[in-house]
Amino acid sequence: MEPAIAASGLTRRFGALVAVDNLDLQIPRGSIYGFLGPNGSGKSTSIRLLTGLLKPDAGSINVLGLTLPAQAEALRRRIGYMTQKFSLYGDLTVEENLRFMAKIYGVHGQAEKQRVTELLNLYELAPQRRQLADTMSGGQKQRLALAAATIHAPELLFLDEPTSAVDPENRREFWEKLFDLSEAGTTILVSSHYMDEAERCHGLAILANGRKRADGSPQQLMDDMGANVVEIGGPGLRNLKQELLRLPEIISVAQQGIRLRVLVDDAVAQPVTWLQQQDACRGGDYEMKIVRPSLEDVFVTSTGDERL
Amino acid sequence: MSILTRISAITFKEFRQLSRDKLTFGMVVMLPLIQLLLFGYAINTNVRHIPVGVFDDAHSYASRSIIAAVSATQVVEFVGSYASVFAAEQAITNGEVRAVLVLPHDLDQRLAQSQSATGNLGAGGDMPPRAVGQWLVDGSDNIVASTVRGLRSMPLAELARGASLPPAPTFEVVQYFNPEQRTAVNIVPGLLAIILTMTMILFTSTAIVRERERGNLELLITTPVHSLELMLGKIIPYVLIGLVQMSIILGLGYLIFRVPINGAISQIVLGTLLFIAASLTLGLIISTVARTQLQAMQMTVFILLPSILLSGFMFPFEGMPKAAQWIAEVLPTTHFLRIIRGVVLRGASIDNVQADALFLVGFTVVGLMVATLKFRKRLD
Repeated sequence: MEPAIAASGLTRRFGALVAVDNLDLQIPRGSIYGFLGPNGSGKSTSIRLLTGLLKPDAGSINVLGLTLPAQAEALRRRIGYMTQKFSLYGDLTVEENLRFMAKIYGVHGQAEKQRVTELLNLYELAPQRRQLADTMSGGQKQRLALAAATIHAPELLFLDEPTSAVDPENRREFWEKLFDLSEAGTTILVSSHYMDEAERCHGLAILANGRKRADGSPQQLMDDMGANVVEIGGPGLRNLKQELLRLPEIISVAQQGIRLRVLVDDAVAQPVTWLQQQDACRGGDYEMKIVRPSLEDVFVTSTGDERL
Repeated sequence: MSILTRISAITFKEFRQLSRDKLTFGMVVMLPLIQLLLFGYAINTNVRHIPVGVFDDAHSYASRSIIAAVSATQVVEFVGSYASVFAAEQAITNGEVRAVLVLPHDLDQRLAQSQSATGNLGAGGDMPPRAVGQWLVDGSDNIVASTVRGLRSMPLAELARGASLPPAPTFEVVQYFNPEQRTAVNIVPGLLAIILTMTMILFTSTAIVRERERGNLELLITTPVHSLELMLGKIIPYVLIGLVQMSIILGLGYLIFRVPINGAISQIVLGTLLFIAASLTLGLIISTVARTQLQAMQMTVFILLPSILLSGFMFPFEGMPKAAQWIAEVLPTTHFLRIIRGVVLRGASIDNVQADALFLVGFTVVGLMVATLKFRKRLD
């Protein structure tokens, strides 16, 4: 089956800044695909390129079999887009917003009424139907935006940092809705800078400074990380951290509470033994063990940059 | 038809938002109401009761009767008396008075001379008549100065000798359409043009820019809405608002200021609709250029000022230099002013002011094309 999104060599500049640099993507239909990266890594620009809102400077884009930007108009009926900032009308009620979006997508009359009621119930917004959108909580706004983006049952859904203004509880519920949509066959492209969200995706691209540093399923990314994770507990951790960072085999050291999380290049076969033999650790009473890598570790090894 | 569905969806949404924006909604009615009352009463080009002073160096019966006669015209009001020309000039500089009447010490002599000159006309009078007094005028306000200048050739014979027949004018003037010479008759239809210019351009230009500022536009342009549908849907509510404002201004003008409605209502509505359409497209063009509501407002003012000053609302179009007239010809307000004054006051139909009507139609068509082309459904 052809992928929902296929892009190659995608590049977009804003003046001197290269916001998206030579990006290649293959996103299979029906999957939830994530863009993981810090602010300014090119997530939003990539989504805008893939929705036809921006023209690329170089590269080719094919979304749902349509070539962009030439066929952007034809694509609009088949995609839903949820902007990073709440962009429905704050001075309209929940129901008015949904009815407006329904009509804009050509859903009107009986079908409009039915679809709006269905969405109000599905996204638990029925009690707020007459409330002005501006007066709702972050979580409610998010659900309203998702309802509006899916009003025409799009094949492909773009979500630009959908949960950045939502508490963890609402975030979990929001993801439940995304899994429901995915189950029903919708392809979803979601950007985030939360590791726990990224871990829920079927596939993932790690972006930094406009470049794709790694992609694959979260498990695969962790398996192929090329480093082992060792946790070190003991006294004088701040000092130890500085000592360890001088060693070329150490990719990164981060303090997490009373432990150091040390990424050791997997060229070192026995990282714990190797660490104990280092000058820095000798003499100290350190407790060391290998732990399961997280996506954050993947992020650090693939970008070589700061942690998120 | 999904096109009509989308346009009406946008129009209804716009109405809903407007009805919740109490201030803007109030402005739709209050702006024409208050401005009409204010300017209808305030603007008056027939100047009366200009404060002036007098320097009477003659101190004679004749000088006092001249002052009384000038005062009786009600054009000026004597508020001060000065002992020297210097004091009089000082008073003008200080802004206490707009002008000073100087009556020289040889006033009686001059008066006699002037009377004998007019009396012995043709008999080869010994000396040409001289002016009997002098007006020192604050010329910085042209209208005041020219009004005082109007007193220059006050017939003296009758005021010195008491009532007699005034001299016959060379020309008789028949003033059509506004025989009583009331300023409001000219101002009220003009005010319709100015208020519509202001509200129509400002409302449309900010309407789209606001969606851009609030981020609504980023969502809308990912939907199947076509640029033209978006523009039309947003314009329609303001067409109705424009007609409401027209009814308020002309209705109150008729009731309060007795401004006659000589033309047919259908012609007035037609002319106004043409102008509303032209102004709204101008607002749309601004909205495609401006990035913030503040910028949109600045650009509106940029168009509003020449519309007030060059269109013929304040000053006669014919008095302007050619270059200014060309600029004025580009402004829709200039053409609407001719249409609405023609229809309302002279009872003309749109046929009579065809050229101006055609300009507005052309302006709208070209403007809509420009706005639609400039409004791209992309972010870059």
